[in-house]
Amino acid sequence: MQRNHNHTTIVTVEKVIDETPTVRTLVFSDKVMSNVLPGQFAMVWIPGINELPMSVMISDESGKAAFTVRKHGAASTGLFNVKVGEQIGIRGPYGNSFDLREGRLLLVGGGTGLVPMMRLLTHVKPTDDVTVLIGAKSKDEVFFEDLANRLLENNPHKVIVSTDDGSYGEKGFVTDLVEKHVEQTKFDGVYVCGPEIMMYKTVQSAHSRGIFVQASLERMMKCGVGICGSCCVGEDLVCKDGTVFDGQHLSQNKEFGKFHRNKAGILENY
Amino acid sequence: MEPNLATSIGPIQLDKPVMLASGILGISLDVFNRLYRSGAGAVVTKSLSTEPWEGYPNPTIFSVKGGGWINAVGLSNPGAENFAKMIEPNKDVPIVVSLVGSIPEDFEKMIKQFENCKVTAYELNLSCPHVAKVGLEVGDDPELVKKIVSTVKNSTNVPVIAKVGLGTTHYLNTVSTAIESGIDAITAINTVRSMAIDVETQRPILSNKFGGLSGTPIKPIALRCVYEISSKYDIPIIGCGGISDWEDAVEFFLAGASAVQLGSAIGDNWIDVFNEINTGISQYMEKKNYSKIEEMVGIAKKS
Repeated sequence: MQRNHNHTTIVTVEKVIDETPTVRTLVFSDKVMSNVLPGQFAMVWIPGINELPMSVMISDESGKAAFTVRKHGAASTGLFNVKVGEQIGIRGPYGNSFDLREGRLLLVGGGTGLVPMMRLLTHVKPTDDVTVLIGAKSKDEVFFEDLANRLLENNPHKVIVSTDDGSYGEKGFVTDLVEKHVEQTKFDGVYVCGPEIMMYKTVQSAHSRGIFVQASLERMMKCGVGICGSCCVGEDLVCKDGTVFDGQHLSQNKEFGKFHRNKAGILENY
Repeated sequence: MEPNLATSIGPIQLDKPVMLASGILGISLDVFNRLYRSGAGAVVTKSLSTEPWEGYPNPTIFSVKGGGWINAVGLSNPGAENFAKMIEPNKDVPIVVSLVGSIPEDFEKMIKQFENCKVTAYELNLSCPHVAKVGLEVGDDPELVKKIVSTVKNSTNVPVIAKVGLGTTHYLNTVSTAIESGIDAITAINTVRSMAIDVETQRPILSNKFGGLSGTPIKPIALRCVYEISSKYDIPIIGCGGISDWEDAVEFFLAGASAVQLGSAIGDNWIDVFNEINTGISQYMEKKNYSKIEEMVGIAKKS
């Protein structure tokens, strides 16, 4: 019988990879999650602690998937601390996916926002010319650079890292790099996931030049299925209408890049 | 003649009979506008409290194997004052403001905060099954129900609805107390107190342990309650509980409801469900030669 995606499935964490001092990747076996589309997410239950939305990370082993988590609040720290052999619950996948164009592609990611970008890289065609921009605060927060290069080894490609403090790669904000690249190249598609301001500026840079751009948004989520309303951005619900939105659509949204809602649903500035 | 989907719930006039139920999607005016454009006759807000509430930690929702959901979101809401400011610019959408509180003064205070808003009705949440000292715990106390309903009726000219559910006091007693205290309409029913346990990790799934069951499993129960209320009392009723298609909606009309509310169906079928149900009702009315919703309200009681 096919599994109902809303029902929680319990999986065991088989491997934990330290990406940085604050970021870990937890690998588990699950056929459904191994095949999700880039941009889709799962609701991940850490028994006794919390449940949170997570973009589904790729694994190099077939039939496996992963979650890459930065410890931040109670829920993400709970997931970060899950050890090999411990169980977590998953439901989903939920949400839509990217409209991957062909030709010259620009992928922009920051932090765990790189997760859907890595999965997107597994869908590019060998003829696509792909540029990946990775933004981080400093050298010890850089991860997935090698993975991006490996996924693109059969493509014409560039992977460029920028750090805010210049301790690795180019110095400065990744959004300045985005601006430079879209100024020089008429990309066929730009894809971004990361901190909201990074996405906002990337969307602006690309959309203002008539370049097709999509962003995968993140919001506080309770249900993940379009009932509770916690994840609304203007009139859009990230769980049901997203997580991926076109730049064209986002440029009309009054809240994107400016506000998010807290647990009580009150708008707060970014 | 093209059937008319307009309906009256006592003093409340709606262009369409399918409303958004409280607790669902109700925290942004932009979303309300979208729901209204998608065919909702009115939207009911999340239940608002005098102060902002964060609600419970996740997991707050669980999908039941046989259909339906158990939720314990915990009445998270931005508080009545913040909410009133947000909906102040609204001119188009019929908004029913749902209120939750422990004492009459809570309700009185919140209603004042909506003075500058266009409010179609207030819906008093006397039936949330998973938060202490409000909701069902209030609805189960007839003296408190009497005081709250009378206070609210004295504080506003806007119609007031009581939303009842299955608590420890028989819901028909709560209904009769609310009617004696001047209520304008009844919404029946709320979610039903319930729980889920994960056998692998051997613990309750919801962080609050207990939640409220909604969706298709409670539809026959909700339908029975609407039928019972309409058989016993002369009070306008809004049916709520597991309605997922036009046939469900029509069943509730035939049992005595003048309008219905949707919640869980949105999770399953997304926002298009409003128009789908409206179209189905319209086709049914054409087939049965009804020109108005009210012509079929309560018909099943005559058989």
